[in-house]
Formats: sequence, C-alpha cells, structure tokens
Amino acid sequence: METVPEPGSNVPPKKDRLQTKKKKPRRYWEQETTGTAAGASPGPPRKRKRNRELRPQKPKKNDTSKKFRMSKKPRELKSPRPQRSLSGAQDPFAGPAPVSVEVVQKYCRIDKSKELPHPKTKTRSRLVVAEAQEEETSVRAARSELLLTEEPGFLEGEDGEDTAKIRQADIVEAVDIASAAKHFDLNLRQFGPYRLNYSRTGRHLAFGGRRGHVAALDWVTKKLTCEINVMEAVRDIRFLHSEALLAVAQNRWLHIYDNQGIELHCVRRCDRVTRLEFLPFHFLLATASETGFLTYLDVSVGKIVAALNARAGRLSVMTQNPYNAVIHLGHSNGTVSLWSPAMKEPLVKILCHRGGVRAVAVDSTGMHMATSGLDHQLKVFDLRGTFQPLSARTLPQGAGHLAFSQRGLLAAGMGDVVNIWAGQGKASPPSLEQPYLTHRLSGHVHGLQFCPYEDVLGVGHSGGITSMLVPGAAEPNFDGLESNPYRSRKQRQEWEVKALLEKVPAELICLDPRALAEVDVISLEQAKKERAERLGYDPDARTPFQPKPKQKGRSSTASLVKRKRKVMDQEHRDKIRQSLEQQLQKQEKAKPTGARPSALDRFVR
Amino acid sequence: MNANQAAESLLASNQQKELEDLPKDYPLSTSEDEGDKDEERKHQKLLESISSLNGKDRQKLADRSEASLKVSEFSVSSEGSGEKLVLSDLLEPVKTSSSLAAVKKQLNRVKSKKTVELPLHREEIERIHREVAFNKSSQILSKWDPVVLKNRQAEQLVFPLSKPQSAFAPIEHVVNGWKAGTPLEQEIFNLLHKNKQPVTDPLLTPVEKASLKAMSLEEVKMRRAELQRARALQSYYEARARREKRIKSKKYHRILKKGKAKQALKDFEKLQKVNPAAALEELEKLDKARMMERMSLKHQNSGKWAKSKAIMAKYDLEARQAMQEQLARNKELTQKVAASESEEEGEGQEEEEEPLVPDLVNEVQIKANGLNPWMFRNHFIDAKEAEVQKDLEDPAEPEAQETSESEEEKAVVEEETLLKEFEERRSLRQKSELNHMAEPVHRRVTKDPSSQEVLSDLRALCQKLSTENHQSGKQELSSARTAQREEPAREEEEPMLLQRPERARTLDELEELGREGCVENEELPRTAVEGLQLEKNLSNHIGAPKEKKRKEQMIDLQNLLTTKSPSVKSLAVPTTVQELEDEEERDQRQIIKEAFAGDDVIRDFLKEKREAVEASKPKDLDLTLPGWGEWGGIGLKPSAKKRRRFLIKAPEGPPRKDKNLPNVIINEKRNTHAAAHQVQVLPHPFTHHQQFERTIQTPGSTWNTQRAFQKLTMPKVVTKPGHIIKPIKAEDVGYRSSSRSDLSVIQRNPKRLSIRHKKHLENNCVD
Repeated sequence: METVPEPGSNVPPKKDRLQTKKKKPRRYWEQETTGTAAGASPGPPRKRKRNRELRPQKPKKNDTSKKFRMSKKPRELKSPRPQRSLSGAQDPFAGPAPVSVEVVQKYCRIDKSKELPHPKTKTRSRLVVAEAQEEETSVRAARSELLLTEEPGFLEGEDGEDTAKIRQADIVEAVDIASAAKHFDLNLRQFGPYRLNYSRTGRHLAFGGRRGHVAALDWVTKKLTCEINVMEAVRDIRFLHSEALLAVAQNRWLHIYDNQGIELHCVRRCDRVTRLEFLPFHFLLATASETGFLTYLDVSVGKIVAALNARAGRLSVMTQNPYNAVIHLGHSNGTVSLWSPAMKEPLVKILCHRGGVRAVAVDSTGMHMATSGLDHQLKVFDLRGTFQPLSARTLPQGAGHLAFSQRGLLAAGMGDVVNIWAGQGKASPPSLEQPYLTHRLSGHVHGLQFCPYEDVLGVGHSGGITSMLVPGAAEPNFDGLESNPYRSRKQRQEWEVKALLEKVPAELICLDPRALAEVDVISLEQAKKERAERLGYDPDARTPFQPKPKQKGRSSTASLVKRKRKVMDQEHRDKIRQSLEQQLQKQEKAKPTGARPSALDRFVR
Repeated sequence: MNANQAAESLLASNQQKELEDLPKDYPLSTSEDEGDKDEERKHQKLLESISSLNGKDRQKLADRSEASLKVSEFSVSSEGSGEKLVLSDLLEPVKTSSSLAAVKKQLNRVKSKKTVELPLHREEIERIHREVAFNKSSQILSKWDPVVLKNRQAEQLVFPLSKPQSAFAPIEHVVNGWKAGTPLEQEIFNLLHKNKQPVTDPLLTPVEKASLKAMSLEEVKMRRAELQRARALQSYYEARARREKRIKSKKYHRILKKGKAKQALKDFEKLQKVNPAAALEELEKLDKARMMERMSLKHQNSGKWAKSKAIMAKYDLEARQAMQEQLARNKELTQKVAASESEEEGEGQEEEEEPLVPDLVNEVQIKANGLNPWMFRNHFIDAKEAEVQKDLEDPAEPEAQETSESEEEKAVVEEETLLKEFEERRSLRQKSELNHMAEPVHRRVTKDPSSQEVLSDLRALCQKLSTENHQSGKQELSSARTAQREEPAREEEEPMLLQRPERARTLDELEELGREGCVENEELPRTAVEGLQLEKNLSNHIGAPKEKKRKEQMIDLQNLLTTKSPSVKSLAVPTTVQELEDEEERDQRQIIKEAFAGDDVIRDFLKEKREAVEASKPKDLDLTLPGWGEWGGIGLKPSAKKRRRFLIKAPEGPPRKDKNLPNVIINEKRNTHAAAHQVQVLPHPFTHHQQFERTIQTPGSTWNTQRAFQKLTMPKVVTKPGHIIKPIKAEDVGYRSSSRSDLSVIQRNPKRLSIRHKKHLENNCVD
C-alpha cells in the first residue's frame, strides 16, 4: 500500500493563493478583534474566505443526551441574592450560572402542554415531584453543554462562490498539517473494488477488496494492524463492537477475524451474505443474504437471534437506523422494508421508487432516510410516522451508494463521482438543491462511509481507498466514556465489560423506542376486564350519584329524587352533546373539500 | 351558719337510718357518744345551756347534727311520737319569724329536687371514658403529624436521625473569638477595637447606633401626651358609636341616612366647583357602584331581608314601602347611562352576530374560496403545504366573514383585487427571474419541490377565480391543460390569463438552456404526458364521483412516483455519463422507462396493501347451520335472510395508521416481545397510565448527567451499619418531652425559646 497524491492535485493551481484561517476559540480575556478579523476582512489579497476547522484533538467527556422532545413552556431561571462575605464585598455572579432557556428546553422530556387526566392529590404531589426532577435534570444537562467545547467545522465560499467547486487539493492546502494528513489515497488497483468500514470510535479502518484482500489499520497513524488475503470474494466487511473483531462476508460464509488476521469463527448458518450491519448497543450482527434471509447474530453469545425471510429475492441493500436499530432493506420492486428481530413481518413497507432500490441511508437522528433507485431518483423520506418524500432529485446517473454523516450530510456515490449535500442544521434534511462538495475518484465507487468524529469521508472504489476531507461532517464532541478515539487498551477492555453489561435485548428493537417507556395499555385493559369478570363487578367503576340527605327539612324524598334526576339529565345531555360533536366531525370529514354547489352542478350526471 | 346547721339537724332526725354512717365531725356530737360518761355530759350540757342563756351562744342549744337514739332533753326529738315527723309541722312555728325565710327557701329547693338518677351502665361509662381518652391521645398524637408528613415527603432519610446540625459558625464569630498573636496583629486589633469599628460590614459603630436610638426627654413626653389624647378620643368615639348603634328608632335612622345623602350631594357640588377632576372621579365611583350593583343584583327582591319583607308586605304598610324603596333603588342603580347605552347595544349586536354565524358556514366558505372542487388535485398531507394554503387563504378570509347577501356583490370586487395582487406578485417574480438569468445556470434549473407546490396551489386558486368569472367548463379544462404543459419547475404558477407571451418566453429560455447544455430535453414531452394525465383525471372526477376515494389513492401514488423531480447537474458528472450527449441520455431514459413498463410496481404494491388491510380486519362470525329450518343438501345454500340473521359482525377496529399514506404499509401487529418489557400494572397512587408515564421520563445514566443520575437514584432511606435506630424522640424534632412519656402534652420550652431568642438578638447585633 502506498499513499499517492490524489488525482485532483494534478490540475493547475489557482491564480490567487488561498488564505487560511483556523478559527480559534475565543478566550474571555481576548477582545472582539479576532472575531471581526475573521468575520469581515476587506483586504484585497484575501479573495476567498475559507474557514475550516477539523476535529478536536483533546478527548472531552460528553455525557449529555442528544435527542429529546421539547416543551413549549418558557421558563425563567432565577438566581438567588448575593451573599455577604467577610470582607463586605459581594459576589458579582452569585448563585448558579445562568442557563439559557432554549438550551434547557432542548433537554426537556415532559410535554407539559399535554393535559393529564385530573389527578388525585396524592398523585398530583408525585407528579409535581417528577416534573421538578425532570426540570432539574434538564437544567443540569443544559449546564453541561459548557463541556462541549469544540465547534463543528465548516466550508464557506466567498459570496456567490459555489463550495462544490472547491477541490480537495484546495482544502488540503488550507487546513493545518494534522488535518491535511487525514486526506490520503490508497492505490490498490490489484484487488478490485473495495468495501470499507470505520470502527465506532472512528480510529480504525477496515477494508476488503472483491478479490479477497482484507486489511485493517489505524488510519490516523497509518499503522497497519493486519493484512490478509482470504482467497475468496469479499462482499462486505464490518467491525464488531470494538476494533479487535472483524466480520467479513465472504463468498460462501461469514467469517470473523481478530485484529491479528486470525480467523476466529466461520458462521455457516449465515451463507452467501451480501451485506453486513452491526447494531452496537444490541451486539447484533445483521446479515442480508442472497437467499433472501435477514439473519441477526448475537455476537456476545454467538447465537442466531432471528432469521427472517424477507420474501423479496436477493437482498443486496441494507442499512440500519442508528436511532432505533431498525434494519432497512431495499428491494428490487422499489420498496424499502423496515425490520426488527422481534417481528416476522416487516414493520413498515414503503414504496419508494419505480425501479429497484439501489441504496438506502438513514441519518443519525433517525428522522430522514435517503434512497436512490434504478429510476435515477434520489429521495429523502421523513421517517417520523408519515414516510413521505421530503425532497427528490433526478441524478444524471443514479446514486449507487449513499451515506449520512453524523451531522446530517448526505454523500452519494455515482459512478466515479462523489457528491455531498448539506442541510441547514443537524436535524434538518439535506437540501438536494446544490451539492456541498463534489469529488472525482480514480475508480467507480463501491463503498462509502463517513468517519465518526472526524471530518472525513472514506470512499472505497475500484482503484483503492480514498479518504476525503469534508468539513463539518462529523460531531465535534465525543463522549469519552462511550466512544473515545484515544482510549488505551485497558480503557477499551473496561468499556467492553460495561457495554456488555448494558447490552440491550434484541426484542426491544421497535419503531419507536420511546414506546418502551409507556404503559402497555392493552394488557392493562385486559387485566382490568378480567378482574371485573372475576369479581362480578367493576371495583373501579364510578358509583352512580346518590344525593346526600340534607338537614333542615329539605331532605324530602321528592327533592332527593329531583336532585338525582338533575344529575342524570346533566350526564345525559353531556353524552348527547359529545355524540353530536362527533357526528359533526364525521360529516365534515365525509364532505368533499370545497363542495360548494356551483351553478354547473346541474349538468353533472 | 346557725340556720344551716339547724336545718341539717332537722333533716338528720328525719332520715335517721341514712345518716347513721355520716362522718362525725361535729365536736358536740363526738362528746355525746360516750355512754358511760352520760351523767357527766348531762351536767355539762346543763351548764352550757345555762351559760348560754345570757349570751350570744343561746342558739347553740338547738344545734344538733348527729342522729342518735338518746337525745338530750333540751333538743327536739321525734322519739315516741309513733308517727313520722312532717316537715311542715316543724316549720309551723318558724313561719312568723322573718329570719327563717332563707331557710324556708332552701328547704323548698331541696323538696323540689328529685331523687338522684340511676348511675349509667358500666359499658356506657366505659365508652365515655374511652372516648375521652381517645380524644385526648389523638390530640396528643396529632402534634406529630407534621413530623410524620415531613419524613414521608422527605427525599431522603438518614438513620440514625441526627439533630439538624447547627450551621457553621459564621466567620465573623470566629474572628471575634480570635486572639491576636503577633505584635502587628495586636496593633491592628487595638486600633480597630478602640474605635469599635465594625469588623464586617462597615455601616455603623455601636456608639453611633446607640446615639441614634436615644431620644430627648421632651420628645418622649410630647409623644406620650399625644398618644394619650389619641387614645381618649378613640374611646369617646367608640362609646358614641355604640350608643348610636343601639338606637332602634327607624325614623332616626332614616333621617340620618337622608342627612348623609344630602351632605354627600352638597359635598359633591362643592367639589365640583373646587376640583372638577376629583368630582369626576367621584362620579366614576358612583358609576362603578352602579355597575357593581348591576352585576350583583343585590337590590332586587331576592335577598333574605327582602323575602321576609315580601311576606310581611301584605299586612304591613311600612314593609311595603321599604320594598318599594328598595326596588326604586335597584332601578336607579341599574339604569344605564343614556349615552353609552346605544354604543353598548351596537357592540352587543356585533358580538352576538359573530357567534350567530356558525363556524361551519365560515369553513365552507373558506373552502369554497380555496380550491375549485373540480380542479382540486389531491396532494399529500404536508405541513409546508398546509402553511402555504393558509397563507393563500388569508386574504380571502375577510370575505368569508361577511354575510351571504352582500357576498355576491362584493365577491366580484374582491376577486378583481385578488387578481391584481397576483398579477403584481407575478410581475415581481418575473423581475426576479430576470435577475436570476444572470446567475449560474444550475440554480435556475434546480428548484425546491416545496416551492413547486406553492406555485401549483397558486395556480389552482387562479383557476378557481376564473371559474367564478363565468367561464365555461371546457375553457377551464383547456386552461388547466395548457397550464400543465408549461414547464412545471418554472412556469407552473402562471395563470392562464397571461400564458401566451409567457410561454413564448419560456420556449426562448428553453432554447437558451439547451444551448448551454444544462437542460433536460425530455422535459417538454413529459409535461405533455402529465397534462394528458391530468385531463384523464379530470374526466374521472366528473364521471365517477363515487369511485373517487379509491381513485384518489391511485392517483396519489402515481403522482408520488411519477412527479418529475428536477435533476441535479453537478459540476463533476460521472465519466460514463459525461460522454453521453443529451440525446443519448434521453434515449437511455426511454430505455429505462421501457424496461420498467412491464412490472407495474405500483399496482403490485397496492394489491399487497389491500391484502394486508384485509388480513388485519377483524373477521365476521358466521353461525348459520345449513339445513336447519329449511331444505338442506348438496348444492343448496342457506337463504340470505338466514345468513344475515346469524352473521355476527365484528366490531370495527381503530383506523389503520397508513390509512392516508398510499405508499406505505405499516404493520399493525403487536410486538409481544417488546410488550413483555413494558409496564403492565399501574402502581398505586396513579389512576391513569399517562400520569405514570410522566413520572418515568428521565431514565438511566445514559440520558442524564452524572450528578442528575445520582440524584435520581438516591436511596429513600439510608442507614449506617452498626448504629442503633432509635424511635424519634420529641427532643429530636424540637418538642419538649414530658416526664411521663413522649405522648404527653407537648409544649415549647419557654426557657429554650428565650435562649434562641437571645441568640437571634445577638446575631442581629453582630450584623
């Protein structure tokens, strides 16, 4: 293997030299000057402004959660009065540090706008406590956002300049040396198109060539851990939970190697595997095979959890939803089906394309799915319940490979070109209007993956491996306890134990993971019904109104009956009112929209 | 005293038996008891009686409080009389003496007294005792309620319970107790202490404080006199008020009231002259009182007093008058001010009018303004689209508010204004497009689908307007078709009124684009195809309204997959494609289309979906038994009536989640594996599952910070190993325990309180 200069660097350099500016985090003792200098620099020599910032170098702990429901209720955070000290001086910043309400709202998980059925006093006190706790935790989470020191990188063209025109060579020239070293090319023409996979920490890279070449390396230091030839066609390659284990889908069976290149297992129950996908929290290796089976292998105990027949012929398109660990399969009839090991049938089936589906990718928030089909269309679907396309584009030659980055950038490999689209923010879908970056490779794309926690896109193609720089692709702050790129061997072992202890059972995979935090209403109702049946009466039923006898001679039977009657009538009226409202709603629905009788109606037959 | 004693002795003689076991307190009677010293005693008695004859002690002779068989000859006895002594006989001679009237009275009282009641049953007595004891102990125990409640609600209890730690002594105290060691320190402290400079907050020295507190003697005296005077005045006033209050004369009160009213009027007039602003305020107050009255309706004959008066009014003239007076007052108070009345009425009418028009009507009108039903193309439910629609409808809404009578006239005008608006917008857009011409080409070609939708909506609105301008249906159709034929990405928004020049322009543009090689040549024919499709759809709509729903779904799906998305023209086109010329590309597209013509993906999918829906539907239960009640055999089927009768229809399940999503099949089956991990029983205080769900929204360490997690998982009770957990004592919680038990009546220790108070004072001083 050798590192070669990328093809893009052969082109003649631009006339005006690029001014590089690495954006430094502003310290509190510094004045505003640095910011303004970076913001609006009117100097004539600086024609282009390209600010780029790559990944952080320091490990930082980030233990705050990333996805929450928001509540609308605004809140003020109070700061207590300053306390006196011995010297008589007062603390100018007394009390806890202020937190911005928006950030707190981001971490709120109780939707207070939702009305609860009227609780009893005892219950209400519990609810109040729970709400207070939730508020406190969200405030704490918002406070700890202070620890997310790093900001994502970005690439900006000068006004009117298209970022897609910026070449890799330009970027490499503009960035610092450490970041520039992350752009490299592996010229491996001998063993055919390559599939590749980054480990979860983003530190290690494994790739397998069609003609049997399998290698793993620490790609940052370029230290090779192992390199073998399995003497068999390699369909796909994937790291298991850590970089020490490697699953390779070979021509016949699935093999598992360690980081020395020693074959540990040959899983014969998974044969003719075309695609591999590893679910890190469940320790499941999902394999899609030519025979049409989707098999889940639990790598922690070595058992096959579920083998599901997709009934759709050869499976060659697979991806996972990182949000809920649901497997998405693309089929030749234009549908994408969503699978969980707990269900024998697909959870959802979506008709996406007129032709077969060529590639599927799901973003890290689990909100958007990008698909590309044989009809040369690229579509972005909304996965939050509606499964409708948000945007669609026809590409000159349909995308054969798709990948989402951690921050929601979408990369598509079309022939020997890689296009990258960016959205507005992290959770927004990529706007397909204009590519963010484009890059031409020396061969046809065969595998695409964004490197976690690095602004790097790894592309496996027929000419080898290319590591592209994509500013702003990755999450800048990583959780040091969860996936630490700089961890030692000992740390890795400890993490492994912890991860195994926290393994999520396979049957918990479902479309909405939050549903697990809900009460199983159906069985609750069932139990209630059975209890009522057993007892012969419903103990929870509301007792009919019985008027209380009143003093002072007003408690005549007639008045009692009258009062009873009154309450009954009221209830009856309420019921009727409700049913009337329902009927009205139904009628409204039934009415064709805009069914105002027009003058031409009389001619309608 | 003597009289009492005499009476007692008389009683005693009457009820000898009972009195025999009375205590022998009296000195005389004790001496009489001795039998053997009878003689002596008699003698003594005689002597005494003789001696008493001449003095005050004469009465003592009659004294006798002890019942005995042998009575001295000097005292009265009933012995030997043979019949019982009656009280009245005894009283006969006393009658004359007035000094015994009191005795007589007393006797009467005694006579009138009944016999002592029977004692209560033992059970009842015990019950009373129990009740009293319970009340007492519950009262004692209730003192603990706040403690118990506090402990129950506490986030965490640490056992053994330690007293709340006294707060750390503030550093000022520490400093006060600190002795200066080094000479420098001593010097500094000397300086500080000499001036009694406050160590902490430099406000006032003690001397200054003291001087501030002090007051001169004259001042104190004056103040005291003032206070005295005020007190005296107050007491006078109170006395007077009390006296006046006690006057019951109605006339007096009436006069008083009238006088007050007159006085008020006078004051008001005066005020009006002196200070008109204040007078106005007064007037407002009056008005406010009126309003309050109007609200409360206090002076109507509905109060307690009024009701009682109403009963009396029949007979009592005064009551009738009072009632009338009250009614008059009510009238006066509730009368509206003439000027504001008309305004209010107008407002009221308006207010009434609005709710009079039901919401439904408004909605229908809005809808009518929105889209033409015949030209309506069903789009997918999209939030963006909904917003856009709302925006479009906004200008039309005021129109909907108006009544239907004036609508027809106004509608025309408004339509014209709307059209004008749209034209303005269009012209603006055209300008912007011209501006866009200067920009790079790809921008022009690629456009957001959402904007497309906006444009299509706009177009629909325009078309609808055109229909209202009494154009024939055919024209509509043609216009729609022509509109469709335009290039959808750019020109969809053009209303058919101005389409001709527009289209020419677009063709020019197309040519230009073609020259630049950045346009899809296929677009024109495609749009034509779409136009045709639309026409077909339209005919479908008109022809078969009943099949509309099914058709709509179909159309949706078709649209979904066939709507042409604008193509991306990136800088780097894949090499293979780059070699192709545009025509070749077109050919390739055609090939692809032909290739997919055979397998109708959409139809297959719809079929699959229909099957899934059918499979998930609850099945009807057929209980017909062939051959019962009619002829049976091969080839004979039970009659339709019978089948209908024995068919039990399954209840309709909830609507499917993918009911409105034509391109999706959502599995409705329950995930039993996941359900096994869900909570299936509601814990105690919760009555609804939503309540419980709200309390379990912050799970685990994965989604919380370390500190928050630790706090959330804090144990409710913490015990120290090896430490005895003793029951709570009163002292632990700040009560004083009595000598008897913890349950004794608990009081606050005054001594302790005083100590605390002192401490508090000290602290204050230090501060």
